[in-house]
Amino acid sequence: MDSQTIVFAIIALISLFSGIMVVTRKNPVYSILYLVLTFFCFAGFYVMLGATFLAAIQILVYAGAIMVLFLFVIMMLNLREPEKMEGGTSFFQTLGFIVAGGFAILLLAFFVGKPGPGVPPFPPGDAAYALGDAKQLGTLLFTDFVFPFEIAGILLLAAVIGAVALAKRDRA
Amino acid sequence: MELTLGLNHYLILAAMLFCIGVMGVLTRRNILVIFMSVELMLNSANLTLIAFSHYLMNATGMVFTFFTLTVAAAEVGVGLAIVITIFRNTESLDIRKLNLLKN
Repeated sequence: MDSQTIVFAIIALISLFSGIMVVTRKNPVYSILYLVLTFFCFAGFYVMLGATFLAAIQILVYAGAIMVLFLFVIMMLNLREPEKMEGGTSFFQTLGFIVAGGFAILLLAFFVGKPGPGVPPFPPGDAAYALGDAKQLGTLLFTDFVFPFEIAGILLLAAVIGAVALAKRDRA
Repeated sequence: MELTLGLNHYLILAAMLFCIGVMGVLTRRNILVIFMSVELMLNSANLTLIAFSHYLMNATGMVFTFFTLTVAAAEVGVGLAIVITIFRNTESLDIRKLNLLKN
């Protein structure tokens, strides 16, 4: 095992643990903090896959902006009692567990029964690691993908206007 | 035993995290936690895109991840505004209270 595999295993274990913690904590504040940990793990994976710019964006946008937004909303809502877990699991929750488990088995079974070498190796050399730096991505964004880029800008504008319109207290 | 890191490792991990997200959406009742589970699922899809992008040596997947991030940010902004509106109307974040159509 090379060092990259060991690092991958460590980050993968942390991300799985914190992912499970996100969906099992009763208090949403703990869920958010574990979600931030998960996003840092994702940023680590992105660095390992050569997507350094996206790793920086991941931390800035997700861990920095979106999670702070979540925390602000929880603070604004001033929740008194955490979600009640008692009263047993309802029929739909049991159904949810079954559906999620079946989905997991379905997805993972895709990898198990495959013939031949199960793990395609990554391309050797540094070329694959130079793909995701800011220069390459920026060049692509402003040449081949300039129209989707503009659409994304309009989408963000619409989201800002929609959020303000929805959250405004005294509507006419 | 020779174990080199490859595409399948990332795909399996992304599948596991996606399933954790699915479980969160299907079993939780707090609308905020459901939101977070959706974010987890979006991120695992991003991880799949980037792993393929690295494997195929083609940066298009990374550009697509960039757009996914944009959509996720817009979704969170509008979604949390809706959560605030719901809380103002029902004084609760429990999705079981949102069954007005049923009665």
